[in-house]
Amino acid sequence: MPGPRPAARTWPRIPLFVAGLCALAVCAALSLALGARSVPLSTVLDALSGTAHGRDAIVVTGLRLPRTLIGLAAGAALGVAGAVVQGITRNPLASPTTLGINHGAGFAVVLAVYALHLTRPIEYLWFAFAGAAAAAVFAQALARRAGDLDPVRLALGGTVLQLVLLSWTSTVMLASKRSLDEARFWLAGSLAERPLSVLWPVLPALLIGLVVAAAITPALNALALGDDSAHALGVPVSRIRLAGGLAVVLLAGSAVAVAGPLSFIGLAAPHLVRQLFRTSDHRILVPGCLIAGPLLLLGADILGRLVIRPSELQVGIISAFLGAPLLALLARKVAR
Amino acid sequence: MTADQLSAAGNQLATHGLDLRYGDRLIVGGLDLVLPGGAVTAIVGPNACGKSTLLRGLTRLLAPAAGTVTLDGSDIHRMSAKALALRMGLLPQQPVTPDAITVEALVRLGRYPHQKLLTPWSAADQRAVDEALERTGTAVLRDQPVDQLSGGQRQRAWIALALAQDTDLLLLDEPTTFLDLRHQLDVLDLVAELHAEAGRTVVMVLHDLGQAARYADHLVVLKDGQLASAGAPADVLDAELVKSVFDVDCRVIPDPETGTPLVIPKAGAKRPTAVSA
Repeated sequence: MPGPRPAARTWPRIPLFVAGLCALAVCAALSLALGARSVPLSTVLDALSGTAHGRDAIVVTGLRLPRTLIGLAAGAALGVAGAVVQGITRNPLASPTTLGINHGAGFAVVLAVYALHLTRPIEYLWFAFAGAAAAAVFAQALARRAGDLDPVRLALGGTVLQLVLLSWTSTVMLASKRSLDEARFWLAGSLAERPLSVLWPVLPALLIGLVVAAAITPALNALALGDDSAHALGVPVSRIRLAGGLAVVLLAGSAVAVAGPLSFIGLAAPHLVRQLFRTSDHRILVPGCLIAGPLLLLGADILGRLVIRPSELQVGIISAFLGAPLLALLARKVAR
Repeated sequence: MTADQLSAAGNQLATHGLDLRYGDRLIVGGLDLVLPGGAVTAIVGPNACGKSTLLRGLTRLLAPAAGTVTLDGSDIHRMSAKALALRMGLLPQQPVTPDAITVEALVRLGRYPHQKLLTPWSAADQRAVDEALERTGTAVLRDQPVDQLSGGQRQRAWIALALAQDTDLLLLDEPTTFLDLRHQLDVLDLVAELHAEAGRTVVMVLHDLGQAARYADHLVVLKDGQLASAGAPADVLDAELVKSVFDVDCRVIPDPETGTPLVIPKAGAKRPTAVSA
């Protein structure tokens, strides 16, 4: 009896994962080919394999390959961070953006650039982690009521925190117009003109974040039943929250350090996966977001390159533009 | 069953000088209590007497401010979360139903304490889930989303989750609240069946004294966080107790169906007669 039944219900998931991977591959190929100077796919392949050496090839390997790889890494980090933060807070409105984590990292970096005159994105990393962690702890403290996390307070507190951090960031930016040009560009959220050397130092933190996220997925499913039920099932609830929070800080901090505080990828990815798979099982959600996050981020980046060609819009602007209505839609759904 | 037989069965929860607090408020004070193993115990008392708080203390959801809770002599606060979860299951008063979760997926979560990282779902896990679904009569609902079930069906699905956990001890916090009479009886009959067939030790918080007397072997009556009385329902439940604990004048008569004590409030007792609307 147990034989065919589970199989019958799980089969649509595998093609859906495969379809997601295919879509991601297409997006990556488009990301390599499209832009102010479009390159045919055959030339892209030749450039990647090292057989082409023209200007097109230099555009592909020198500019678009790093951009695409950084997009994949940052998207995956933000997507999974979103799934984990929604799991540990049991709140569909939670995300690295709505809890102020991304902007915490952003503010810390801008402050560091201002005060310490940092010039290279590699130096941003530790400030991004520190800022992300501080914002996460603060948002959590705001949401605590009688020892338990209140979901509404968490979303409200996080949003307020985000606005406060944004205004502080603007204040610092206004205080010093000259030295912060690099930071300004970074702050809008962009994948462009980042060398791959920015990605390598964050990769260990990003991978640790992903491993921790994967390790706590079964516990997140139990946590979804409420703290009492999770305790009764033997979940060490506060330890899982702490581990999850750490994973979120590492993932969001990494993404912010390389690409700036990108909004809404972490919010949209888990909801997209939930809708497509019609499940709230974190064992589907977390790997799904590993694909959906980069898919959304690369998609937004490609869109940004196409809308005002030959110039381009930064991906942070596109994702905020598309993400804000999504947040409004979700808030309506949750309030009902 | 005699007290000796009950305690020999194991799974005996006990509290020793237990103080439970919420912040500065003392809810349960200095409670010494033995909940016999192998029996169905009902905890009753007026609103805000601390019965749900006591259940939270017994299941480690609330750490004692003083005193201890022991399971067969060992302090539950010194056991690992998983070790305790293998012995004690809980149905909280208001559990959270995840979006779009099916009955079977919900019940499968009951296997959480039995699973280790990287070990796949085993045949034993599936067997426990199938059995829990069968026993609670939710097997036909296994593919339905839990949030679309009726209150009674949903409660059975949650009990199935606790059954899949496969523990000797089962604690239920007001399992009949929000259910109509038919579904209240369904749930209580199911609990009685689990006790009779599998010898599970059951501890539940109940509101209805008649139901408590009918379904429990052992009654714990609380008032203001103190033990008012404990023992077999027939020994414990009388007019005096109901008067002192609930402040209600009543007669206690044998239930015409089961012979267990039945509380009948006296006409017009305590209240002035209702003013016609």
